Amino acid sequence: MEKNVVEARDLVKTYQLGEIQVDALRGLSLKVKRGEVMAIMGPSGSGKSTLMNILGCLDRPTSGQYLLDNEDVSKLSDDQLADIRNRRIGFVFQNYNLLQRTSALENVELPLRYRRDNGNNHKEMAAAMLERVGLKDRMNHKPFELSGGQQQRVAIARALITNPAIILADEPTGNLDSKAGIEIMQLLLDLNKEDDVTLIIVTHDPGVAKRTNRIIHIIDGKVEK
Amino acid sequence: MNILQFFKEAFSSLLSNKMRTFLTMLGILIGVAAVISMLAIGNGATASITSSIESMGTNLIFISQNSDVSNPEALTLSDAIAISDANPQYIAAVAPSVQNNMTATYSGNSISAQVYGVTPEYEYVRNTPTSEGSFITQSQVDERSTVAVIGVDIAEELFNTTQNVVGNKIRLGSYVYTVIGLLEEQGGTSIGSSDTQIFVPITTAQARIISRTNTHNEVSTISISATNSDDVQNAIDEVTKIMQSQHGILGDEENDFTVMSQESITEAASSITAVLSIFLGGIAAISLLVGGIGIMNIMLVTVVERTREIGLRKAVGARKSDILSQFLIESLMIGLLGGILGILLGAGISALIGKIAVFSSTALNPQISLSSVVLSTLFSVGVGLIFGIYPANRAANLEPVEALRTE
Repeated sequence: MEKNVVEARDLVKTYQLGEIQVDALRGLSLKVKRGEVMAIMGPSGSGKSTLMNILGCLDRPTSGQYLLDNEDVSKLSDDQLADIRNRRIGFVFQNYNLLQRTSALENVELPLRYRRDNGNNHKEMAAAMLERVGLKDRMNHKPFELSGGQQQRVAIARALITNPAIILADEPTGNLDSKAGIEIMQLLLDLNKEDDVTLIIVTHDPGVAKRTNRIIHIIDGKVEK
Repeated sequence: MNILQFFKEAFSSLLSNKMRTFLTMLGILIGVAAVISMLAIGNGATASITSSIESMGTNLIFISQNSDVSNPEALTLSDAIAISDANPQYIAAVAPSVQNNMTATYSGNSISAQVYGVTPEYEYVRNTPTSEGSFITQSQVDERSTVAVIGVDIAEELFNTTQNVVGNKIRLGSYVYTVIGLLEEQGGTSIGSSDTQIFVPITTAQARIISRTNTHNEVSTISISATNSDDVQNAIDEVTKIMQSQHGILGDEENDFTVMSQESITEAASSITAVLSIFLGGIAAISLLVGGIGIMNIMLVTVVERTREIGLRKAVGARKSDILSQFLIESLMIGLLGGILGILLGAGISALIGKIAVFSSTALNPQISLSSVVLSTLFSVGVGLIFGIYPANRAANLEPVEALRTE
């Protein structure tokens, strides 16, 4: 029990689109062990984006329970969810989502800025993290001066800086060429080994999915048995 | 995030789009510049009017007819004589005068002048010394002489010189007057400057200058000099008492004359220019309001443009209040920067107008008051803040899922 970093029970998410009611998740249950690398696959419209949003604490389930690190986060307020995202969750997006005007270093530092502590070694922490992802020489470059692979490394460094319980990667290699994609996947796997951080990757790419410990398929808002 | 970081981020965000930032703050900038320069000019005008009134002397008291009363009895020479004959304790001298605007001519040159019929006391009471020749004498008043004492602007215009003008003969209406004195130059164009005035004996003026329908005894103003500036109020009381008995006004009846001190005229003038300042300031404040709406407009566009950024910030842990502060501080800084630049521009405009005034020898020295600087700074920060609330609130309430999905 304690080894499960993610435990979702009977998640239901219903959207109201005008008159139509859309059932995105229909009683989905899921357990993820600490240190696991898991791939989530499924056709578009299957509900995997909704699942990612709920797992990432960007959204709340309509019903059901979501335990993150044994804490029930399905009923928290917006501000509490913001703090959970800040401390427990790292996001890696398909299109990197870096702030264009700011340097790699400041992008990595960003989550620390929203911490309600007055740690003043944020710059050093961000620099160390960029060094880990192999961007020691590129710290003061702005995103547009970096290649796609380098930008995704910055994003990974940003996800890791808060020492989160899980990293949610949404198509992390989707915008990269195959060589950069393989490198990024390797980086994520290396970090998983070194830090024992749990990786949840949403992907369409069977090549990516193949390198994980476990693959689940979502169909019609449920995990396919 | 601490407040310093918020300001740093806001500043770099504003710098990243300099042209837009500048255009956004333009409304505030122009508004503040208008407020600063309008108020500076208003203050300058007040100061120059006040000083020109004060230059008449702090002892001065005027009696004029009160036209608010029905059928007021006219002021007459007898009133002036009654005041000086009463041997009042606090009154040093009494100078009745009549006034009319006429054209003075001399060998083809002409100028419109304020012509005053006066007695010798006028020189003392109104402080109008001569630089050449002499002022009107009592015998000239008694004889109804056709003599005139002229201001420097008059001399300049008629004779093209201010030297040796005594003895020249000028024409006022259908009579010829001999110039017997030239007044000292007062300078500037302050109200009531004697530079554009001509003085003749009061008896002459009553007979020949003032329209003939008037009885010859009437005067327009009686100027009185109090013994010293502390006794002005006592002198006013004395004068009022004498005038009431002259005009047969009983205790609770309204006086048909007005007694004013130089001080009360200064106050009246100040209150007029204060109203003017408020009016100008009000117009300028409207442009500040328009500037604020401009800020709101651009901030709303900015929020839409930066939806993804907002989503990302929320995803990495920004609370509602963090996003709210970020955008509020940005619009506050637009207001503040616009305000500071506006103050500089306003100071520039005031200085320029001051220069132009000197060039055209107008007595106007714009004065920027500290209070107008402080007020307009606060006001522009406030405008930035108030008009930033709605866009910032919009940004803060974006759903992170929706915001991240936006392209």
